[in-house]
Amino acid sequence: MLSASDTQASAVDEHRSRSDEPAVRVGNLSVTYRTTFEKKPTLKGTLIRLGRRERTVREIEAVRDVSFDVPHGSVLGIVGVNGAGKSTLMRTVAGILPPTKGRVEVHGRVSTLLALGVGFNGELSGRENVVLGGLAAGLSREQLRAKYDEIAEFAELGEFMDLPMRTYSSGMYGRLAFSVAVNMEPDILLIDEALSVGDARFKLKSFQRMRELCDRAGTILLVSHGLKSIRQLCDEVVWLQEGQIAMRGKPGAVVKAYTRFLNVSESDVALEEE
Amino acid sequence: MTETQSASGAEPPQAVAPPDDVAGDSARRRRARGEFAAERRVHEPHRIGLPPLGAYIRELWRRREFAFELARTNLRSQHFNTVFGQLWLILNPLLLTFVYFALVEIIGGGRRGAEFLAHLMLGLFTFRLVSVSIRRGAGSVVGGGRLILNTAFPRALLPLASVLTAFMMFLPTLAVYAVMHAAAGLPVGPHLLWALPIFALFLVFASGATMLVAAIQVYFRDLANFLPYFLRIWVYASPILYYVDEVPDRFKPILAANPLTPLLDSLSDVVNQGQSPSAAALLAGLAWALGAFVVGGLFFISREREFAVRL
Repeated sequence: MLSASDTQASAVDEHRSRSDEPAVRVGNLSVTYRTTFEKKPTLKGTLIRLGRRERTVREIEAVRDVSFDVPHGSVLGIVGVNGAGKSTLMRTVAGILPPTKGRVEVHGRVSTLLALGVGFNGELSGRENVVLGGLAAGLSREQLRAKYDEIAEFAELGEFMDLPMRTYSSGMYGRLAFSVAVNMEPDILLIDEALSVGDARFKLKSFQRMRELCDRAGTILLVSHGLKSIRQLCDEVVWLQEGQIAMRGKPGAVVKAYTRFLNVSESDVALEEE
Repeated sequence: MTETQSASGAEPPQAVAPPDDVAGDSARRRRARGEFAAERRVHEPHRIGLPPLGAYIRELWRRREFAFELARTNLRSQHFNTVFGQLWLILNPLLLTFVYFALVEIIGGGRRGAEFLAHLMLGLFTFRLVSVSIRRGAGSVVGGGRLILNTAFPRALLPLASVLTAFMMFLPTLAVYAVMHAAAGLPVGPHLLWALPIFALFLVFASGATMLVAAIQVYFRDLANFLPYFLRIWVYASPILYYVDEVPDRFKPILAANPLTPLLDSLSDVVNQGQSPSAAALLAGLAWALGAFVVGGLFFISREREFAVRL
């Protein structure tokens, strides 16, 4: 794994030699959370239901006793039907949701592309959103200044960078979000359902950028319903079913089993993706 | 929530960086990688509903730039970087002062003078520091939806940014008050320095109250509808439109229950009356401020892990 004569990838080797630990280690992880089924929780609504003795807060066991390791420089795909716990798992790895049981160990800087990424305030410009998102993610102003041009160029938004984000099309939105996540030079990139953004050319570009990241020993966790992308990009795939790992293995085998489970042919899935 | 451990000690960037960079970009990249590769995070369940506070506060401090930037951006998005925007920043509280003064003068029979106007103005401006914090903070977490769903960071930065915004809006009004102070011929001297710790306590109180309201707003979205009425009543129950010693005995308990009474009274004593503040009032103000900060802060932090699934 480590060749001393290879000077070009010295940064990578340095990193690997420091620890033979995986980039992400998830051990016996369970995540249970309480949430409400009201659309908009209000005091009024709560008082009314208190009179009727109704409860809308329920516990959800989103992830149950899941364990896996992701080695440095690899891409792990996560598939599963809606509500299988994929997003919860990703958020726990990102540190957004706390585990209920078990632990998650993350070695390296994490960059996230969950819930459509940046752009929390549509009134602010793309530029302001990028800066605020980066600062929240723990980057310094200096690092952001160094990265900003690259982000803007990769997203191909031109003068739209200085317009409020509410003026963006959903494709532009997605392009900027992807560009921010991938250009922060993360060690670990978490992507949740964000590959369908942009046109074919942008998609190609983003695939290339993700490969580059892996070549530099970066690690990617990828949630997608696009099984073709999963096959193309991943080294290993985990199939989540009701919060548990139903299957884990090579992309081909897992995707095959998963599509059989979904009771559709792979050509149907491919159709769905386009 | 999150524990950050640096493999190479307190200053990882410097420790890992090569001594002198010749090949600018690639070296910088390597340094950045070294810095980040040393980062190790462990996410584990919390024992008592609170994340490790030491680590939380360190993370909060590390990302303080985010709060400043958010506050500045908030102001900019309301055009407070333009001449008329800034003028409005001053005009709005100034007009409010005159409205209240006219009201009190009509009810009170017109026996008040410039000194009272100065008292009212200072009280109102300072009260607005707290009320603007709370009003803006109420929407800070709910309005930060995407950021909260996408990024792990100490959520307390969001309400604290609202407090910073309110403080940045408060500063120019101090200049207006200074003019009023001079016009009323009120004493100027070193005793005015007492105002600094009092303002600091206002900020501490505002931070606690804002964190509390921001967290409650996540669970009860209609709270923002009640807030304006609540804040309006709070003004009337504070020694702003009157002096503390004018209050009839039967209303004294209301004033005593108002957390801002001791601070507003001390501020008026110091700035408007030119006296030293009473130790009792200062201590009461300190107790309220720290109490609000601890209660609001702990409540917020104990709830913030849930925000991502409640938005």
